[in-house]
Amino acid sequence: MITLRINGLDRSVEAPSDMPLLWVLRDLLGLTGTKFGCGIAQCGACTVHVDGQPVRSCMFPVGSVGGRAVTTVEAVGATPEGARVQKAWLELEVVQCGYCQSGQIMSAAALLAATPNPDDSDIDAAMAGNICRCGTYVRIRDAIKRAASYEQAGTVPTSGPAHAGSR
Amino acid sequence: MPAAVESEEIRRDCGPLDPARRALLKAGGAGAFLFAFHVPVDMAAGKASRPPFAPNAFIRITPSGEVTLIMPQVEMGQGIYTAHSMMLAEELDAAWDSVSVQAAPPDPALYANPVLTVQATGNSNSVRAFWLPLRRAAAASRAMLIGAAARRWRVDPTACTTDNGEVIHSGSGRRLSYGALVDAASRETPPQNPSLKSPSQFKLIGRPVKRLDTPDKVNGKAQFGIDMMPSGVKFATLAACPVFGGKVGRVDADAAQRIPGVRQVIVLEDLVAVVADHFWAAKQGLAALDITWDEGPNATVDSALIEDRLREASERHGLVARNVGDVDKALANAKPHEARFQLPFLAHTPMEPMNCTVQVTPDSCEVWVGSQVCARTQQAAARLTGLPLEKVTVHNQLLGGGFGRRLETDATEKAVRIAQKVDGPVKVVYTREEDVQHDLYRPMYYDRIAAVLKDGRIDAWHYRVTGSSVVARWLAPAYTGNHDIDFDEVDSAIDLPYDIPNFRVEVVREEPPAVPTGFWRGVGPNNNVFAAECFVDELAVTAGKDPVAFRRAMLDKTPRLQHALDVVAQKAGWGSPLPVRTGRGVCCQVSFASFIATVVEAEVDTSGEVHLRRVTSAVDTGTVVNPDTVVAQLQGGLIFGLTAALYGEITIEKGRVQQSNFNDYRMLRIDQAPRIDVHLIESGEPPGGIGETGTTAGPPALRNAIYAATGIALRRLPIDRDVLAGRKAPWRS
Repeated sequence: MITLRINGLDRSVEAPSDMPLLWVLRDLLGLTGTKFGCGIAQCGACTVHVDGQPVRSCMFPVGSVGGRAVTTVEAVGATPEGARVQKAWLELEVVQCGYCQSGQIMSAAALLAATPNPDDSDIDAAMAGNICRCGTYVRIRDAIKRAASYEQAGTVPTSGPAHAGSR
Repeated sequence: MPAAVESEEIRRDCGPLDPARRALLKAGGAGAFLFAFHVPVDMAAGKASRPPFAPNAFIRITPSGEVTLIMPQVEMGQGIYTAHSMMLAEELDAAWDSVSVQAAPPDPALYANPVLTVQATGNSNSVRAFWLPLRRAAAASRAMLIGAAARRWRVDPTACTTDNGEVIHSGSGRRLSYGALVDAASRETPPQNPSLKSPSQFKLIGRPVKRLDTPDKVNGKAQFGIDMMPSGVKFATLAACPVFGGKVGRVDADAAQRIPGVRQVIVLEDLVAVVADHFWAAKQGLAALDITWDEGPNATVDSALIEDRLREASERHGLVARNVGDVDKALANAKPHEARFQLPFLAHTPMEPMNCTVQVTPDSCEVWVGSQVCARTQQAAARLTGLPLEKVTVHNQLLGGGFGRRLETDATEKAVRIAQKVDGPVKVVYTREEDVQHDLYRPMYYDRIAAVLKDGRIDAWHYRVTGSSVVARWLAPAYTGNHDIDFDEVDSAIDLPYDIPNFRVEVVREEPPAVPTGFWRGVGPNNNVFAAECFVDELAVTAGKDPVAFRRAMLDKTPRLQHALDVVAQKAGWGSPLPVRTGRGVCCQVSFASFIATVVEAEVDTSGEVHLRRVTSAVDTGTVVNPDTVVAQLQGGLIFGLTAALYGEITIEKGRVQQSNFNDYRMLRIDQAPRIDVHLIESGEPPGGIGETGTTAGPPALRNAIYAATGIALRRLPIDRDVLAGRKAPWRS
């Protein structure tokens, strides 16, 4: 039995210690917001935070998480950077199919936490590990800059009337 | 925000949720509500006891005024849920806040794509194909609501108007909400020819409306096929014979069955699957199997053999798809310029790997999947299980990318066959390696062009495309491919926009040995626009003309494209000085009924590496429904095409695909992505297609930029860095 702290809750799972965190999240805990894309840390769709650091959960053994806090896309909106990223993503309509966007958002939130005002090369370095097959890169870059520009960090609802269709 | 459906209904549809998901759904205020993406249509009335107003296949209005729009086309990122909702809500005059959407169930009689004639989402035609049918359906519904109100008020219907979900009597100012009219409107006769709004009356169409599907795509709540978790689900992954067409020989499963969590090893004729408590155990189990494959007759096929056969086939005369003037005479009277172009096999690699969740019982089959063809999915499951269609339920989900891959039912068929051996639901998920190596690939194409110049213009053009006919398989038996012209294979070739007096297009169908082929974003125009626009650039140089001016002079009969070319040349700074080894390339085309001109600016460094600096497109796509989505589709489509030009190639050796994952089947990443400027040209024409247009524009524009930067005329993709670095001669055949 392995005990994990995920999105602020203690969760216990029966899993071999070499099982990647991705499959613990998705298949054992039902947290399907974190996506499987390649299984070899080439695409970034599975990115989560471990103690705030972005990791590719498809190759991150659950046994090496230890007591560190795991944050997934389902809860990243509760962090200031996550909320700003989600807000900017909606304002600039970054998303197309959306499948890679959990990973993009996790990478972007971690970038902003470490580098509040990233320049283009910071964005390249932090985001080049995340593939978007729909090709939303232009908007991802703009949205990270937009998120960095928000003066006030705070929790922003990610669905609800604030993002209603405009007339 | 459109009205939502309570999470309780989602649970009823998807089966019990585990505590983690239930907690998530209950988390915080508006977050507890989800769009009804996968609530079946028979629940459209929600919990209301009175039936909804259901005037046609697309609209349901409950007594409480909730408007549910049934989406005939699937959402795979192109924004069609929003565009179709806008078209319906516009003519219905529904309150946008009251609108929610649902995926249509499999039912071609109600939801077939009017252009494709099957219930399918593809060919960039969702807005074009449904532009009139959806608006007419909504306008007829609106007329019935007006009729009901007028009858109640005893006034002439022409004295009534509608706005924001209400009927209004102009004279008295009386109002009735649509919800209050549900019963009475149901008794009205739908008008045969309802009048549609004029564009000046549009309140939604043409304005940038926020997409309906995106809020749940940034917080992890959106559910794709791969996220389905019916109660008691097990997890499986599979390996088909790596050689196309091969079979399973012998399987030793002892080691696999000792892996904790592995429940079952399933051996079918052509594949082996491992079923487990989670995907990780299934994958470990698959790796532990000792499988001997019966590779069959394709084990000697390789790319060189396929290329040779294609080239030989291109010597044949093909079916003539278009013939104007006297090409033979024009070519005989002058020394023609000739070139051949070749494009590789490509995999689709949507970010969501192929997957399908299935539960088969003796008298039912339930399928959870994201598919571009949900009716074919139902038919395939019925055929495999022997069940009647009505016993097969398909829950179509959001698609984590389609790109043509999900126009096929192969993965669903494998999942159904596996599920027939499993007690309870099973989620079959491909590894990325399986996804790359068992795709239906964009065909390899070989194109021959001969042209004659006269007075600085193209006087004769003879184009022959040789390759696989996807249409012949996909639309069989309607198209044989041997006797019928494959309309897709010659799309953007027969309608080359230039005014050329002697013009012929031929098509030779040549199916590759072993390798299955399928539609790939951009389809036929990917090949034809590439070959044509690359060769037009070479002809411009031969004629001593500027590539834009050379094209422009031949576009007098295609003014919409000529204007797009003017706009893009101006916006891209065509002709302004550039650094060394840097060039601009142009591509000019009519594809998917859109008129688009594109300029790519790129640098080629001395190592042969290509750096994208800037992409500019100007497009006249007729009437635009949601302008920001059109821009997004072009941005993304350009990246998709440029990715293929820079990296895309599937090669075959010993009958199997050599690439396996994103390490050797590379994707363009953000650090290589250029600035992209898209300029929409205002137009009152009917809508054009936009989902694939950018994809077809990127590669020729990039190749022509490289040509301008280096003088090297590449005629084969992907771009060969060795050629650009001078280490190798350009491909010629």
